[in-house]
Amino acid sequence: MVVGDLDLASGIWHLASRHGGARVTAETVVFVIFAVVSVAGGLVMIGARNPVYSAMGLLMTMFSMAVFYVLNDAHFVAAVQVIIYAGAVMTLFLFVIMLIGVDRDEDRTEQIPFQRPLALVLGAGFLALVLIAARAAWVTGYGLFSGGEVNGTIENVADELFGTWLIPFQATVLLLTIAAVGTIALAQFAPRARGSAEGSGVSE
Amino acid sequence: MLINQFLLLGAALFALGVYGVLTRRNAVMVLLSVELMLAAVNINFVAFDRLIGDELAGGQIFALFIIAVAAAEVGIGLAIILLIFRNRRSANVDELDLLKL
Repeated sequence: MVVGDLDLASGIWHLASRHGGARVTAETVVFVIFAVVSVAGGLVMIGARNPVYSAMGLLMTMFSMAVFYVLNDAHFVAAVQVIIYAGAVMTLFLFVIMLIGVDRDEDRTEQIPFQRPLALVLGAGFLALVLIAARAAWVTGYGLFSGGEVNGTIENVADELFGTWLIPFQATVLLLTIAAVGTIALAQFAPRARGSAEGSGVSE
Repeated sequence: MLINQFLLLGAALFALGVYGVLTRRNAVMVLLSVELMLAAVNINFVAFDRLIGDELAGGQIFALFIIAVAAAEVGIGLAIILLIFRNRRSANVDELDLLKL
């Protein structure tokens, strides 16, 4: 995993020097720093034994993703990312981790014997395919920060969201309502259903 | 500034998320890994949005939709995990084999 991370970073440096000549832009520097931070956060997340550390690793990744959104002119999405993901969702996760308890260790052994080497081979194959595909077509996209108009302001996003994308937006509203009602129903009615299913032997 | 770096980073983070989903046994950790995968996809949406200079801001809007769906999914998923933990005293996904014959 660490090797892959270094490969990615050096590939980016190579890329920047090949296409941008000698100038390594501030954008690229910011990207490399936060790419390393986000991948490190992901590694902490999948590697940490303590679930609280895992949540903190994901929090780090989420914050650096907000930086990537800003690099792509999506300022409003970046704000939403920080407020919703890093704020609300991760707090919910931490609540549940605290409720479930963090002291019990996870069993990390595999039950299918050939699974681990097979996963390593397939993962290496996936990495090789991605790198080959990336080398085949380096897309030279947009230029530097133009300093001009930013596409992702609240005004622009709201214009499209409440105009072009109104129906999908309302479908999302319906989905969120259903999710909220479902969560309340799960919290409200499940003990009673279990009590009737298992008899009255269990006291809450 | 190129788009490939964002795509490669998104692929790397998505792969990390897949690894987490497949290896972690704690159901909360599985949900956390799913969140990482969703966020990795969001990077691609926003990067392509800027690449094509979308007039409709489609990539950013879809990133917002994904964030909303992820929030709903986390709410329901964590409620289910809490119920499972309350009923079975464990959140280990390997022990949830009620459907196994």
